[in-house]
Amino acid sequence: MSVFINKDTKVIVQGITGSTALFHTKQMLEYGTQIVGGVTPGKGGTEVEGVPVFNTVEEAVKATGANASVIYVPAPFAADAILEAVDAELDLAICITEHIPVLDMVKVKRYMEGKKTRLVGPNCPGVITPDECKIGIMPGYIHTKGHVGVVSRSGTLTYEAVHQLSQAGIGQSTAVGIGGDPVNGTNFIDVLKAFNEDPETYAVIMIGEIGGTAEEEAAEWVKANMTKPVVGFIGGRTAPPGKRMGHAGAIISGGKGTADEKIRVMNECGIQVADTPSVMGETLIKVLKEKGLYDQCKTH
Amino acid sequence: MNIHEYQGKEVLRQYGVAVPNGKVAYTVEEAVEAAKELGTEVCVVKAQIHAGGRGKAGGVKVAKNLDEVRTYASEILGKTLVTHQTGPEGKEVKRLLIEEGCDIKKEYYIGLVLDRATSRVVLMASEEGGTEIEEVAEQTPEKIFKEEIDPVLGLTAFQARRIAFNINIPSELVGQAVKFMMGLYRAYIDKDCSIAEINPLVVTGDGKVMALDAKLNFDSNALYRQKDIMALRDLEEEDPKEIEASKYDLSYISLDGNIGCMVNGAGLAMATMDIVKHYGGDPANFLDVGGGATAEKVTEAFKIILSDKNVKGIFVNIFGGIMKCDVIATGVVEAAKQVGLNVPLVVRLEGTNVELGKKILAESDIDIIAAESMADGAQKIVSLVG
Repeated sequence: MSVFINKDTKVIVQGITGSTALFHTKQMLEYGTQIVGGVTPGKGGTEVEGVPVFNTVEEAVKATGANASVIYVPAPFAADAILEAVDAELDLAICITEHIPVLDMVKVKRYMEGKKTRLVGPNCPGVITPDECKIGIMPGYIHTKGHVGVVSRSGTLTYEAVHQLSQAGIGQSTAVGIGGDPVNGTNFIDVLKAFNEDPETYAVIMIGEIGGTAEEEAAEWVKANMTKPVVGFIGGRTAPPGKRMGHAGAIISGGKGTADEKIRVMNECGIQVADTPSVMGETLIKVLKEKGLYDQCKTH
Repeated sequence: MNIHEYQGKEVLRQYGVAVPNGKVAYTVEEAVEAAKELGTEVCVVKAQIHAGGRGKAGGVKVAKNLDEVRTYASEILGKTLVTHQTGPEGKEVKRLLIEEGCDIKKEYYIGLVLDRATSRVVLMASEEGGTEIEEVAEQTPEKIFKEEIDPVLGLTAFQARRIAFNINIPSELVGQAVKFMMGLYRAYIDKDCSIAEINPLVVTGDGKVMALDAKLNFDSNALYRQKDIMALRDLEEEDPKEIEASKYDLSYISLDGNIGCMVNGAGLAMATMDIVKHYGGDPANFLDVGGGATAEKVTEAFKIILSDKNVKGIFVNIFGGIMKCDVIATGVVEAAKQVGLNVPLVVRLEGTNVELGKKILAESDIDIIAAESMADGAQKIVSLVG
């Protein structure tokens, strides 16, 4: 078991003929992901990496039975690509694209109300269930199959956490990058809920950063609902206020969204927070040992 | 992206939002000329810098005649204003707004901003105008009223009316206030704002509702479709290294320390600053080279880091995903060749194409200290910089 994706997930790649998409389509295929089709308007009928290309998402879904999509379409057109995936009633759309105008995403979120599609991202590394399915841009080789769920606003910090876990012999059930934008499809609570319900996930690492209050809300949810241990990390403790730290969502403004406040609330809600990014794995292992879960989570 | 108050008011005027008449001036003579043209009894001389808190810092003066305009203009132009938003080094005033004075009866606050919790734009208002809205929110949250805006409908008239009544705009002026808010919302959407803040909004003695100040910020991801807003960018208000970085789509922010950092991914870049600090070092910058960087961009990033004279060492921390390690390695080697590296360089590589990246670094003749992990790298660079 796992969350959101598994070995049966059939994926189409939107914007498949772009150079980034091509590189990562190849990597996903090598990992064993079922990439069943691609979409690039005007390139329908051709083939790349042995994958058939279609003009529209609707056509691709009809022909291939895909239930998920990964979006690499450039930012000015990415919101429209998400709308197309939602319209085609896919279960899951994962948007890798960064720099989408935030007001485009406000409209996308409104359109998605009441629709069946789950959006992950934008501006995210994607989702991976080790040894089964990799959708996105994460380096596959650092992951190992196991029982720890990882959820993060930052792509590279997700890799960092996963790498530390794998090196310490702790495999992962699924790693989900929710993205660094202020408006995104799936939030911490959505992923925590899914991990809570997944019988194969025994513990979770949640990685946040400065800006907004999503971590605080997630921590409250954990306190009230989560039956599994959660540890955390917050990036940006030393970031100066008023400056946007790369991610559109990572900004301390009006005294809100500081790392210290997030860490305080997380601690209050029973989430141990790693002091530095290099001890995310260690912190989890310490908690696993305290809870008597270490042996079950040690996979290799 | 930020623009000046006078530019913001110009944008708002296009949307039927009432603002006082005014003109920009770059010299004392232009300031006096502008005041003459306005022809009002009283006018206000306002420093134009990209920061709030100008009034308290002495950057806003009310002049009762042309002599006073001259005096104040010569006093403020060229002055370095230090406000709570400029940092201790302050900002030099190079432009003035000369604006007609008005008879203020009451000050209010109106703002539009994205609410991350609901993924919608929210209209916020308060009758406690003129002060910091954060203070109002902290001390008297019941005095702030909010309307969540459905992006399909836009701001509706009834919502604007409800806000106007809630903040006690005099009933005979509610119509004007509604028009003001609707115009402000249209400007926000049309121009891809990230903040539109009017503090204060004023009601005047002669029964007008207008924006006495205007702070507009824009979504930098949307500037590609906002050419007229891009034209308002004032490069003198920005850090030259940050400008250089933005030419190459690099996300760079200057800081005060001496350890240059080059990282991929915003989260990892922040965490790298945190860990450098944790081990007793002080980062000179935040730099996210992004996912789509080429070797050329990496080279430019390196040059920008080295152009900071405070930099005594560089820590490159890469976890390749979309970014390939070999691209980073090629860029680092190229940059070191082009600019000549005379400070210690610690490199930690992991992720996509890591072996290839390490090989490129090893085969180059640059003096590179390899790190096994980010903690290892941070400790090494901190001890080398001393």
